[in-house]
Amino acid sequence: MNRYPLWKNATVLIALVLGLLYTLPNFFGEAPAVQVASVKSTHKVDAKLLAQVEAALKTASIVPQGMVLDLNSIRVRLADTDTQLKARDAIERALNPVAADASYSVALNLVSDSPNWLNSINALPMYLGLDLRGGVHFLLQVDMKGALTKRLDSIGADLRSLMRDKNIRHGGISREGQTVAIRFREAEIRDKARSVLADSQPDLELVDAQEGTDLKLVATLKPVAQKRIQEFAVKQNITTLHNRINELGVAEPVIQQQGIDRIVVQLPGVQDTAKAKDILGRTATLEVRMVDDEASANPSVMDQAARGQPPPGTEYYVERGGRGLLVKKQVVLTGERLTDAQPGFDNQTQEPAVHLSLDSAGARIFKDVTRESVGKRMAILLIEKGKGEVVTAPVIRTEIGGGRVQISGRMSTVEAHDVALLLRAGSLAAPMEIIEERTVGPSLGAENIAKGFSSTMWGFIAIAVFMMAYYLLFGVVSVFALSANLLFLVALLSLLQATLTLPGIAAIALTLGMAIDANVLINERVREELRGGNSPQAAITAGYERAWATILDSNITTLIAGIALLIFGSGPVRGFAVVHCLGILTSIFSSVVVSRALINLIYGRRRKLEAVSIGQVWKPGV
Amino acid sequence: MEFFRIRKDIPFMRHALVFNIISLITFLLAVFFLSTKGLHFSVEFTGGTLMEVSYAQAPDLRKIREQLESDGFVDPQVQNFGSSRDVLIRVPLTKGAESSKVGEQVMASLIKVGAGGTAPVVKPELKRVEFVGPQVGKELAEDGALALLLVVVGIMLYLAFRFEWRFALSAIIANMHDVVIILGFFAFFQWEFSLPVLAAVLAVLGYSVNESVVVFDRVRETFKKKRGMTTPQVLDHAITSTISRTIITHGSTQMMVTSMLIFGGAALHYFALALTIGILFGIYSSVLVASPLVMWLGVSREQFVKPKVEKQEAVV
Repeated sequence: MNRYPLWKNATVLIALVLGLLYTLPNFFGEAPAVQVASVKSTHKVDAKLLAQVEAALKTASIVPQGMVLDLNSIRVRLADTDTQLKARDAIERALNPVAADASYSVALNLVSDSPNWLNSINALPMYLGLDLRGGVHFLLQVDMKGALTKRLDSIGADLRSLMRDKNIRHGGISREGQTVAIRFREAEIRDKARSVLADSQPDLELVDAQEGTDLKLVATLKPVAQKRIQEFAVKQNITTLHNRINELGVAEPVIQQQGIDRIVVQLPGVQDTAKAKDILGRTATLEVRMVDDEASANPSVMDQAARGQPPPGTEYYVERGGRGLLVKKQVVLTGERLTDAQPGFDNQTQEPAVHLSLDSAGARIFKDVTRESVGKRMAILLIEKGKGEVVTAPVIRTEIGGGRVQISGRMSTVEAHDVALLLRAGSLAAPMEIIEERTVGPSLGAENIAKGFSSTMWGFIAIAVFMMAYYLLFGVVSVFALSANLLFLVALLSLLQATLTLPGIAAIALTLGMAIDANVLINERVREELRGGNSPQAAITAGYERAWATILDSNITTLIAGIALLIFGSGPVRGFAVVHCLGILTSIFSSVVVSRALINLIYGRRRKLEAVSIGQVWKPGV
Repeated sequence: MEFFRIRKDIPFMRHALVFNIISLITFLLAVFFLSTKGLHFSVEFTGGTLMEVSYAQAPDLRKIREQLESDGFVDPQVQNFGSSRDVLIRVPLTKGAESSKVGEQVMASLIKVGAGGTAPVVKPELKRVEFVGPQVGKELAEDGALALLLVVVGIMLYLAFRFEWRFALSAIIANMHDVVIILGFFAFFQWEFSLPVLAAVLAVLGYSVNESVVVFDRVRETFKKKRGMTTPQVLDHAITSTISRTIITHGSTQMMVTSMLIFGGAALHYFALALTIGILFGIYSSVLVASPLVMWLGVSREQFVKPKVEKQEAVV
């Protein structure tokens, strides 16, 4: 008899219910929303900000449909696009009183309009690729050679000061390509230098060389060090890009490493590529300067300075926390001397702190300055777009040598972490070049969705009509199985949040067109068994069983092609491959198991089954 | 309804030689066009800038081309895309120029075209920009070739494991012949060969192999079940009994692809076209090329019905 055990039926039922549940969010569409994210890593998105946003909306008498606070953003759902614009302006005014110095990005976005209970089980609509929602895609190549050159330049400076400290006389230090050469007059001095360098610069590989009468010591970076520098360069560039893109006010940017030396940047909804490129390529620097304590303590001078007339030789800045201070124009140190910044704790007070590492030239300058200025304040500024911000202005307590600087005082752990990040991310570690760019306008995106959707729909209808006309009830079952396949595929894509592109939609259509093959195979086999004189029940069993091996074989060969595309495909083709592979897997299940379950349900219980509705079974000779 | 009312096995194998000659000729033609005309690769492979702009009224393409040329773009291609109001512009990579800025420069030129005429200034709407640097294009071409290789090797291994090396070899030859013919069409008509087309070609490769698999499955089954049939008879029987499903399946898939061709617009046009050619030739090649090849390679009953080997005691 053709009956499925309970567990099999239950599996099919559960799969269908789950499929329906996770497909559901796609029907609700999206609602206009305003998304608030922090631009400066020193400003956090938290419950306090949520209250602020709420208050801002209340004053503007806007009633939000819902507000969500997640890890790094607040999303306010609104009734329509008009209120969305109003709400954006209201929030913008409340959070960023000074437009030129925005602390938060307030961006227009779309959020899923599905009910909360769906969101709570993580049922989200499919994640649309840039070709469907519009936006900019950049592929940036990090100049690895540039990263090494930059490092070698600073090593050259380190070596110079090291030689001076150790009183080793040399005839010049210069970077030659990817090496640093130090010239000497005498072999003994060179030997001495070599032993000093071996101790203090473990990253360098030293080789003796001779040029004319000059003796040389040629230093190259060890492969391990090279690799570390390059990895660090890519990581730091990604961090920097993150910080910069936050300023663009993009709702959901994607910034990822691709391969060893590439970074993908995707900015959905951004149309102004010129501005985007400008921001991506910008450089930010760190500066250390002294605070003019006397003038800063004088209220009348400060009043004037706040009105834009600081005393000559100084600049007026507002410190975090709101207090103004005057900073001398003379730069003590720049970010080029900074090799690392890490969050940590003060050894004595256990307060959160940021540990900075300076290179040796920087360390020497820092030592000299701090020795002369004990008790005074030093400001650490981040300069971006020609505009500075005082990150912190601590009091110098003692002379600081060794190039290890600690910034502490009135900082939370989170702040320490943020400041470290900000300092590290201040500038690009290596130059970058745009090697691929794709911009898709929003109208084209919507067009692509409509085209993809109607192709799939009409194709599906054509197949459904044909199958039902040709195989009658078995055709209806096949169409049901095909619908189940579509349901599973969409549910799976929604669940995995795989990026859906236009080729991806094409893959859905193609997969459906190919998936019907399994049902055709089964139906033809069942007809053939009936033709051969089998009873209907036996024909169903034999039809499904015999077709199974063929279905498996044919799907595996298709899957091999899909996997090859998945491995080697990039961009839009990868979107095609993902959907294609998933579709093959769901189609095996739906065309064999789901359709069988349904056939069993219809025919399986009848002991005396005279005929099945599979269309005319023509017998030769009849 | 029953479309296929076949009383006797159709003697396909009797005409095997004819089919193989037809295949050989089309194949050679395809190779000829590929080598003389070459493929018209899209920007993704060659590198360069591609822009799609939309005008409110149909613009004069010749004027746009002239303006671009006078603005220093070498060999720009300007053509309609989808409708007469949509224009596709391709600018090849130029050495030295800051290639990532080309998009903005082209837009500037387009605005100039509008300003020069008597008609009011028409600023086109930028719908899409694609810029691909030279290193990326080269990599894509390499990756494409590797993907093709992986598919071929993967399918051959699987078929050799599931069936026999003769089947693996003939299935892959038959389907590579499809791939070459699709490429031949693209070369002959100078259709644009883009990444989605490559995806379509590979998908077709997997799909038509599955066609051969269905036939081979039947061949194996027939060899095992029916005694006293010659190899051509077995092949004829296998093809005849699967022909209805072959045509119905391909017909269904083609319905979907035709729908893409009609409703999918310009973006999916060549993708759907590659699939169409692939599906049509897929039917032909997997049935009428792969099977004769299996026959020439000398498939026989013995390869499937293993004679029982008597166990021998090991002599110690």
